[in-house]
Amino acid sequence: MSFPDPIAVFRMEAAELLEQIEAGLLDLNVNLGDKDQIDAVFRGLHTLKGSGAMFGFEALAGFTHHCETAFDRVRKGEVPATQALVTAVLDAKDHMRALVETPSGDHDARSEHLLARLRQAVEGSDGSAVQAPGGPALTLYKIRFSLPQNAMANGTNPLPLLDELRDLGECRIVADRSAIPALDQLFPTDLHIAWNVELLSAQPRSAIEDVFIFVMDDMELQIEAKQAVLAAAPAAVVHASQSAPPPAPAAVAEAPQAARPAAPAGAPAAETKPAKGSENVRVPAERLDELMDRVGELVIAQSRLSQLAGGSGDLQLRAVSEDVERLSGELRDTMMVLRMVPVAQLFSRFRRLVHDLAHETGKTIELVTEGETTEVDKSVIERLADPLVHLVRNSCDHGLEPPEERLAAGKDEAGHISLSARQQAGEVIITIKDDGRGINKERVRAKAEASGLIPANASLSDQDLYQLIFQPGFSTAQTVTNLSGRGVGMDVVKRTIDALRGTINVVSHPGKGSEISLAIPLTLAIIDGLLVRVGSGRYVIPLSAVEECLELSIEEDMRSRGRSFISLRDSLVPFIRLRDLFRTGTKPDPFQKVVVISTGSERVGLVVDQIIGDHQTVIKAMSKLHHDVATFSGATILGDGDVALILDVGHLVAEGQQQEAHLRAAG
Amino acid sequence: MSANILTVDDSASIRLTTRVALSNAGYQITEAVDGLDGIAKLNGGQFDLIVTDLNMPNMDGLTMIRELRKMPAHMGVPVIFLTTESDGEIKQQAKAAGATGWLTKPFDPESLVKIVRKVLGR
Repeated sequence: MSFPDPIAVFRMEAAELLEQIEAGLLDLNVNLGDKDQIDAVFRGLHTLKGSGAMFGFEALAGFTHHCETAFDRVRKGEVPATQALVTAVLDAKDHMRALVETPSGDHDARSEHLLARLRQAVEGSDGSAVQAPGGPALTLYKIRFSLPQNAMANGTNPLPLLDELRDLGECRIVADRSAIPALDQLFPTDLHIAWNVELLSAQPRSAIEDVFIFVMDDMELQIEAKQAVLAAAPAAVVHASQSAPPPAPAAVAEAPQAARPAAPAGAPAAETKPAKGSENVRVPAERLDELMDRVGELVIAQSRLSQLAGGSGDLQLRAVSEDVERLSGELRDTMMVLRMVPVAQLFSRFRRLVHDLAHETGKTIELVTEGETTEVDKSVIERLADPLVHLVRNSCDHGLEPPEERLAAGKDEAGHISLSARQQAGEVIITIKDDGRGINKERVRAKAEASGLIPANASLSDQDLYQLIFQPGFSTAQTVTNLSGRGVGMDVVKRTIDALRGTINVVSHPGKGSEISLAIPLTLAIIDGLLVRVGSGRYVIPLSAVEECLELSIEEDMRSRGRSFISLRDSLVPFIRLRDLFRTGTKPDPFQKVVVISTGSERVGLVVDQIIGDHQTVIKAMSKLHHDVATFSGATILGDGDVALILDVGHLVAEGQQQEAHLRAAG
Repeated sequence: MSANILTVDDSASIRLTTRVALSNAGYQITEAVDGLDGIAKLNGGQFDLIVTDLNMPNMDGLTMIRELRKMPAHMGVPVIFLTTESDGEIKQQAKAAGATGWLTKPFDPESLVKIVRKVLGR
């Protein structure tokens, strides 16, 4: 993989900044007093100027500098924001785009024209030029310094010195780390860094020397007054800045970032940080998938290596193998973070949907969204969209009552739907909540009985009853509307969530509303698993579902025969003998183990022959042929090339509970 | 979190001036009356900065600075010394001992605070 071209990276960044600037200006046009937008536009211009200068877009930096100056004055309250100013900067913004795209083109005339307009817009308000002529004379100092090697040991911290330099004027600091010795020769308190500083300041040379007063005698300090930049009339400065750009401000790089040549603007100073996305590099989604695949393969190869190393007595091999294991674990974690996107993307589309639904149903609906910053794997987000649409529709259509009914029930006329996301351990919980009439249990039961989903008078918990609405062909709506009620939808929701290895939880209070929570694993591609052996086959149990592992002695097994319950701290937990379930036809190991798994409140034990250990599992989907095998959610390739199936926890827990229910029913 | 400063001086009036100036600036002050006391205080705590006189009974400032630079816990702690000498020799000696900066007596409270801020950073 090659490094991205820094110029291309800058162009991408500039495009984002220009978008931000434009959005800010448009918002500002609506509300001229909006301080946040003024700041946002200023920050955008500031960053654009700074990175522009760093990547050699000098005409852009020079031109942007004047817009920045104008906005700086607005920001400081020296001149008001006016429509004329906004319009002038909007036009200037279009010109900046041209300067980014064709930096070598002939833009001088246009630049001057636009700056004249900008000047007019600012002058129109207080009669002064964009940059007041006759301001203090600025000197560009080029400073190079290095402190004595023992400076830090003797209590001199270089960072406050850099801060002091920054106090003197616009400052660009670059650390020269070339003198840092190799690690084995590096004494931690020794200082080997030299700094190159470009300082644009109105202060005299002695002010710079004062900064170093305590270390002056023992250090190397060169100060060169490079050139005098007079604060002249703006148009003149445009020309001046083309030959000698003003130093990019705030491109501070004494931090480790300095090592990354492609990092846009090194590390923009704290004040520019809030400019969202300004430091992002956009990567096509398929490249991420590609990388994910590679990481997956690496994890498989690594587990092979671990097995080999574990089986050999070679200590060196083991050490290397442990390193690789740690690194691939870290790589996996980093990869996961890269794939995360905020659910805001997903939630934003619901505003429009709810608006349309309110219109269609004649209801007043208010949508509240929470936790938009919660991050989820991007492929999960994509697949969550449809189920959420169904659920929100359902709430709007079935859940919320018409206004008159709400008023009669003593509720607000407007129905409320809230959509929230939060992270909880390895899962993200997305909740759709409405304050409508709630789910009508009787109607659900009647409907389920009528369609043969449950026998008449079956005893079902509320939760089980609610889960019936996710069965195919189930719909309680008496009239079919355009929105829902055709019985398509809820079963699709269930299928999709199952496919994401998630669970659905329904809570409903008659007359008060209902709440549907989707718990989805944060990522799909790799899980931590517990590798177990049943008969001669190996299987993976998702570690996130494992509560504990117990031994099942033969006596206990004999005693429990036919009852299949173990007593776990005063509660009976049903267990399933995987040997029986998989019909392995093998004899049980003398020391069988029970792995207790759970989905939230429900627990079930799985009897296995042997627990092999932790296993980072790269999930491979099963083929279409195995589509309806409920017990397994996928497969993975083990270190020795064998395939292990991944157990579907949700299904097994349900199975166990059913078994319990049967036994209870049988007395 | 305000920084912890150890002031070491045998003169009660200087200790008081220093304490008032630095507490007003928001720092936490611990006092020691000479170098030996200073080392004892250093053994009992962690400080962000030390302000010390040089001429003191029992153990002088230069010796204390040399000693504390040998204590791993206080290796990089900034040390500001107070001196009446304006010539460079004593400064060189103090710096060779491991001092960070200095302030010439007599001093006004503002310049002390300024120097402390300079060395500690914002």
